[in-house]
Amino acid sequence: MKWIITFFKSSLGRKLIMALTGLFLIVFLMIHLTGNSLLLLNDEGEAFTGFVEFMEENPLIKITAYLLYLGFIIHILQGIVIYFTNRNAKGGTYAVKTTANASFFSKYMFWFGVMIFIFLTLHLINFWLGLKVTGEFGNEELYGKVVTAFHNPVYLVVYELGMIALFMHLRHGFHSAFQTLGWNHKKWTPLIKCLGNLYSIIVPLGFFIIPLYIYFFK
Amino acid sequence: MKLNLKIWRQKNKHSKGKFEIYQVDANEHMSFLEMLDVLNEQLVAEKKEPVAFEHDCREGICGTCGMVINGRPHGLLQGTTTCQLHMRFFKDGDTIVIEPYKAKAFPVVKDLVVDRSSLDKIIQAGGFVSINTGQAQDANNIPIEKEISSKAFDAAACIGCGACVAACPNGAAMLFTSAKISHLGLLPQGAVETDRRVMRMVIQMDKEGFGSCSNIGACEVECPKEIKLTNIARMNRYYYKSAFASDN
Ligand code: SF4
Ligand code: FES
Repeated sequence: MKWIITFFKSSLGRKLIMALTGLFLIVFLMIHLTGNSLLLLNDEGEAFTGFVEFMEENPLIKITAYLLYLGFIIHILQGIVIYFTNRNAKGGTYAVKTTANASFFSKYMFWFGVMIFIFLTLHLINFWLGLKVTGEFGNEELYGKVVTAFHNPVYLVVYELGMIALFMHLRHGFHSAFQTLGWNHKKWTPLIKCLGNLYSIIVPLGFFIIPLYIYFFK
Repeated sequence: MKLNLKIWRQKNKHSKGKFEIYQVDANEHMSFLEMLDVLNEQLVAEKKEPVAFEHDCREGICGTCGMVINGRPHGLLQGTTTCQLHMRFFKDGDTIVIEPYKAKAFPVVKDLVVDRSSLDKIIQAGGFVSINTGQAQDANNIPIEKEISSKAFDAAACIGCGACVAACPNGAAMLFTSAKISHLGLLPQGAVETDRRVMRMVIQMDKEGFGSCSNIGACEVECPKEIKLTNIARMNRYYYKSAFASDN
């Protein structure tokens, strides 16, 4: 049993956890976006509410939801641990800073993560808490809640900033996860990078457009 | 050509250190280290302490001459060590900032010299083949696909200079460690010990206080031997296999 602890405490073990939870969250985002895209329909939220109810009632999805919370928590905590270990390992910066050897997205990955975390906290307080924990509103009221929230300019701006941070985080995170899994291959890596670029633009952009649409047209 | 040098001076591991400014008259045919030799002769003539820097082969194969030149390990030139960097890549009147490598696992010994023995400890943990594999002709008797021997050879080009660690914002030594693990693991003589080797070397790497990789890739850009990130992916694969599927 000791080997398990050794593995997950090692640098490569921690990386593996980051990659796996990251990929899990990537899959989740696609499902989330599918649901949100129903907000674009002009049906007074009927389809959206139907989706919410389906997600609420399906037992398999309920279990997955708990896995999802766990995924978020592990990804965040592990990210913090890795950030501090690495900062300590670096032991200072150079007098001359160069931008020649690393991309902006990869270097500030952690800080984009922090921005997403701040957004996420607000986001959960706004929707998830009332729906799932306090029971302040039911499934049918969620649609109304969402529409009002996006008419609040402050919330709208915070949301959109969160989506920009998400783009920057995913821009490096997507293909990086595959490299960590050990999948670096002459044929596949260019494809993964291309997919990652597409994903990191399309998914955050989708989330970005929906609130704007609601703000202006609903 | 007249140059202004801003060089990190530090007496020893425990002292604080600061930048000092020097003027030196060099010519463009000199290598970077020869330019520093000129500076040191000047300093000795002035009865001042010369700048300590490490060097040995001066032909780009020993890996001792690493220093950070204008923010970049081994300077701006791709695939080149400091000793192979020539002054023709600088302009008359330039100010060049020279610092030692920065990483927790590489404490400064003096001025530009850092202690890289943490890399040796990683090698000692498993970067070897334990049996006698014979002479060159014995190796030549084992047929190995060209594709594979080339990969092993490319990984074996690592000179252990530590530029990858110096360039890494995480202070990670993964490019170095993975190069060693790949170069041995790809060939039949070394492959048998891969499971044990990768486990021991990775654990030692963590123990030495190196950080963990976030796939930034600065190491790959700065490596004077152009070691590739594919080696890190290979190390990850070997490591997962060793952890989950081997008897170790
Ligand atoms: S991988 Fe490259 S930069 Fe790192 S020690 Fe080896 S030769 Fe130097
Ligand atoms: S002095 Fe040997 S590599 Fe530069």
